[in-house]
Amino acid sequence: MNMSEKVILHSLHLDRPWSLETYRSTGGYDTLRKVVTEKMPAEDIIAQVKVSALRGRGGAGFPTGLKWSFMPRSFPGDKYIVCNSDEGEPGTFKDRDILLYNPHQLIEGMAIAAYVLGAKVGYNYIHGEIWDAYERFEQALDEARAAGFLGKNICGGDFEFDLHAHHGYGAYICGEETALLESLEGKKGQPRFKPPFPASFGLYGRPTTINNTETYACIPYIVKHGGQKFLELGKPNNGGTKIFSVSGHVNKPGNYEVPMGIPFAELLELAGGVRDGHKLKAVIPGGSSSPVLPADVMMDTTMDFDAIAKAGSMFGSGAVIVMDETVCMVRALERLSYFYFEESCGQCTPCREGTGWLYRVVHRIEHGQGRPEDLALLDDISGNIMGRTICALGDAAAMPVKGFLKHFRGEFEYHIEHGKCSV
Amino acid sequence: MAQIEIDGKQVTVADGSTIIEAAEAAGVYIPRFCFHKKLSIAANCRMCLVEVEKAGKPLPACATPVIEGMKIFTHSEKAVQAQKSVMEFLLINHPLDCPICDQGGECQLQDLAVGYGGVSSRYQEEKRVVFNKDFGPLIAGDMTRCIQCTRCVRFGQEIAGQMEMGMAHRGEHSEITTFVGRAVASELSGNMIDLCPVGALTSKPFRYSARTWELTRRPAVAPHDGLGSNVALQVKQNRVYRVLPRDNDAVNECWLSDRDRFSYEGLYSEDRLNKPMIKEGGQWRECEWKDALEYAANSLNLIRQEVGAEQLGALASPSSTVEELYLLKKLMTGLGSGNVDHRLRHSDFSADAYRQGAPWLGRSVASLQELDRVLLIGSSLRSEQPLLAQRLRQAVKRGAHLNVVHVADDALLCRVAHKLIVAPDALAQALAQVVKALGERAAVDAEVQPLLAGIEVSETARSIAASLTTGENRSVLLGNVAQHHPRYALLHRLAQEAARLSGAAFGVLGEAANSVGAYLAGALPAPGGLNAGQMLATPRKAYILLGVELERDSYNGQQAMAAMQGAFVVALTAYKHRAHEFADVLLPIAAFAENAGTYVNTEGVAQSFRAAVAPRGEARPAWKVLRVLGNLFELDGFSQDNAEALTSEALGNTPLADKLGNALRPGMNLVLDKPDGGRLQRIGEVGIYQTDSLVRRAASLQKMSAAPRAWMHNSLLAQLGLSEDETVTVRQGDAAIQLSAACDDTLPAGCVRVAAGHEQTALLGGLFDEIRVEKSKGQQQTAEHTPS
Repeated sequence: MNMSEKVILHSLHLDRPWSLETYRSTGGYDTLRKVVTEKMPAEDIIAQVKVSALRGRGGAGFPTGLKWSFMPRSFPGDKYIVCNSDEGEPGTFKDRDILLYNPHQLIEGMAIAAYVLGAKVGYNYIHGEIWDAYERFEQALDEARAAGFLGKNICGGDFEFDLHAHHGYGAYICGEETALLESLEGKKGQPRFKPPFPASFGLYGRPTTINNTETYACIPYIVKHGGQKFLELGKPNNGGTKIFSVSGHVNKPGNYEVPMGIPFAELLELAGGVRDGHKLKAVIPGGSSSPVLPADVMMDTTMDFDAIAKAGSMFGSGAVIVMDETVCMVRALERLSYFYFEESCGQCTPCREGTGWLYRVVHRIEHGQGRPEDLALLDDISGNIMGRTICALGDAAAMPVKGFLKHFRGEFEYHIEHGKCSV
Repeated sequence: MAQIEIDGKQVTVADGSTIIEAAEAAGVYIPRFCFHKKLSIAANCRMCLVEVEKAGKPLPACATPVIEGMKIFTHSEKAVQAQKSVMEFLLINHPLDCPICDQGGECQLQDLAVGYGGVSSRYQEEKRVVFNKDFGPLIAGDMTRCIQCTRCVRFGQEIAGQMEMGMAHRGEHSEITTFVGRAVASELSGNMIDLCPVGALTSKPFRYSARTWELTRRPAVAPHDGLGSNVALQVKQNRVYRVLPRDNDAVNECWLSDRDRFSYEGLYSEDRLNKPMIKEGGQWRECEWKDALEYAANSLNLIRQEVGAEQLGALASPSSTVEELYLLKKLMTGLGSGNVDHRLRHSDFSADAYRQGAPWLGRSVASLQELDRVLLIGSSLRSEQPLLAQRLRQAVKRGAHLNVVHVADDALLCRVAHKLIVAPDALAQALAQVVKALGERAAVDAEVQPLLAGIEVSETARSIAASLTTGENRSVLLGNVAQHHPRYALLHRLAQEAARLSGAAFGVLGEAANSVGAYLAGALPAPGGLNAGQMLATPRKAYILLGVELERDSYNGQQAMAAMQGAFVVALTAYKHRAHEFADVLLPIAAFAENAGTYVNTEGVAQSFRAAVAPRGEARPAWKVLRVLGNLFELDGFSQDNAEALTSEALGNTPLADKLGNALRPGMNLVLDKPDGGRLQRIGEVGIYQTDSLVRRAASLQKMSAAPRAWMHNSLLAQLGLSEDETVTVRQGDAAIQLSAACDDTLPAGCVRVAAGHEQTALLGGLFDEIRVEKSKGQQQTAEHTPS
């Protein structure tokens, strides 16, 4: 495992790594130029992306090459590509660093994607609460336009692509791709019912491909070095590196770009280990919506889509929330449930009504008002939300409840029985 | 076609059908709230979750298309568990106030809760409370009951054409609301009450007055516009409590305009005439029917003998039934007078001799939705025919071009391709431009050609012509404003030519519920007889009025009232109105819902109905009154003892379609004058809730109706030295009334828009005639009208 090879955060040691000048000095935009001037066949690029086993970095882990192949590239009308930088999952803070420290790689990745998918216009939807990242990205767009990497006749060829930044207002639901499209269209951010999927009915009803910031940022590397090299950075079916946002009770919280499939123990060590004098209790491995896993399970797993799924949770966006023995699991769940209660868009019944119900029951247990039947009730409510909603927010609200109850039921029972915390 | 299996039944359904449609075809009911066949699919309530083989999770039946070989289980354990869980979620925050909820007994949530709800609630926390909003006089809102199905929101966006309702906030705090501080103003708003599956939106006029199970449903036909919407009257103890639509895709679909829905309130107005009355020596007294009828018959006979039958005139409302209009004509014919008419708001009758059939829509109502190109001439369609406007809106959504030639630029709530907005006296010129532009592609009829000399074709007219020559289904439609216009015959002839040149169907929008029926029943002047305009311009010695409120139903109310002075007037009327001032005999007749009869709608379809309630007081159906009058005059053929017998006599045995026709016979003397720029013209179209006497007395609708104002372009305001909201004196003829001035920069220059049909504007002059506006002297508020 090559720990030093970075795909995205490779220029942090350089001066002003976000500037076009610095990016060019590392060979930036050479890949785009090559693609455009050599008129590289789009199918070849898609094939390379498929070989790379790049999987969506936003949370769902859908194979990017496959997603690209759904796009009707020969559709005669307008087509769009959209970047999802609406990073709102609690625990996740990787996309903002890409925007802040390597925005041009994202632009280059999107331009290549636009070339492949036949789009002339793209949008980057940036989370409303990271204004500095939005401004940094706008600067980068200006630089790229001035240098001829965006606009008409890119790199002197006949390829045309313009990219616009759009900042949201911080609603979590707008990170859901179809709610994002609605919001981008100027409407209230509420998910659409699927099918139709964005590849056939996306932005303004046109074929649209939406990928996460980190996903697009991987593209120049894959095209430059070939899919195989990217794949070999990680492990089969989980190609490349991954930026993990490690937070919680560790000594050095932050973003770590490491190969896919790194053992959790190594990642924890990189982050300085559990804060001094404490021991690991549990980890939420992939952002707040992924089920919590106890310490022993985590210490035995590697960090990739398949291993985490096997361990009973979700790789998600790579947001690793580390909790030591001081954490009350009831209180932790109460906080998470409150988040989903507040962020439910209210469109469909199970989520609108169920998230509030979940929160209130957990809140009651945390505040010494729990009842013996409450745990069965929580199991039921979360089960009744899961798989019954228009988008995945319902599942996102239900899964933490299921995870916490599965591994830490005893703590909940203690709360109910004694009206106070065991921690 | 796809072969699928639902609950073990094999069904073949059309490709692309959703599971819910397929289930309906198979006779399987799937519970639902947000789904509605006429609205887009929202899939937000999740009540219709069903189990589908090989699908990991239950799928919403409303939004899931079937695929060949799909196996669907709507009542499996998994499906029912999903449905019950959704019901539990819906109920946790729904108030338990069914006993005081108006929706009780007709509530989808209540009904489905019986099948899918629990016996008790597991929800022990505080329930959500949503503050109520004021949606205006028609819709009562109890928003705590709302289940956020968004049917009302989608109705506004997709059917009414304006998004008046929306969902604000998010999550559990979401609430359905109007824009801040606004009430609902759509002319179709009442449909949201029907659509609401719970008691969140209920009918304000009906509220707290009856339970649905106490009411009997009686079918009827709506009496206000040419559509003839099918309605169900909900009746209890001989009183109409509520009006609801009856589904009929050929007419009103499942919708109803607010005018048709809420006008029943007018039945119970204080102004109803309950007993026959006679004026003797200037004093009114109530009397027996026999006395009143004999008095009327004797007096009319006397006048006929003294001054001749041509001194008798009969004026009827086009909201009267076929049977009534037929008997009125028969009565007049028996008396020897050809002076009969129902077209009180018309001012130009010069096409009469050239008419070949009853003017009608020229195509079916339902096919309006399939139009590709439309030219709408002289029509404030949303107030004239609210649901036809809705049909055109659907056509435009499909890609139709709607072109407009009109005197005002009112929002049609859909995209208008091209429009020519001109002063009333330039309307024919504008239409002539379109004809001339069409003539650049095909030869104009020799009769019309001379009119086009000197007409300059504007770019817009050329664009309209270009639009009309493309697309497959085309219609040219003439609205009420065109029909009331002083140059109606010319407009009709030009529109006919525009339709011929563009290969479009030519339609005349029936003004009232029975406008087409009135033509078919012969409520028109006989050869040599006088039309409505002539009868009022050259006053008769005696008049029979059938269901008309002359001062508010005529083209020129002032002239009509003047004609009544000194004449002997027998008024068959449901309301006292001003007939008190000028009539001699008042005969109370049955109003809408109290009468059996037939209306022929604008498409030429005859729809018969029975009485749903007994007439108020001693009122009698007008056809019975006319029959007795016929007998008193000892005329033959007045012995029918039911309305059905009259219907076939009135309409004959030939198919009605054979008697419809808009094309005018050649030979008409056509002149196209230049607009006279020197004088101010009135734009006097009839307000949406002022069309007939019933709606004018419907209290809740009247609250929706803005008071008439003198609307004009700001340049005219400036020219007259007036400012907005200032009280001004508006004069026509001898009448002067005080109105507030208002600015509307979409109006053509030189025009003052003063709506007709209002009590305040009743005594002004012609709807599209000269008008004067001046600064008011002092703050005099009362009208100083002095009818000559």
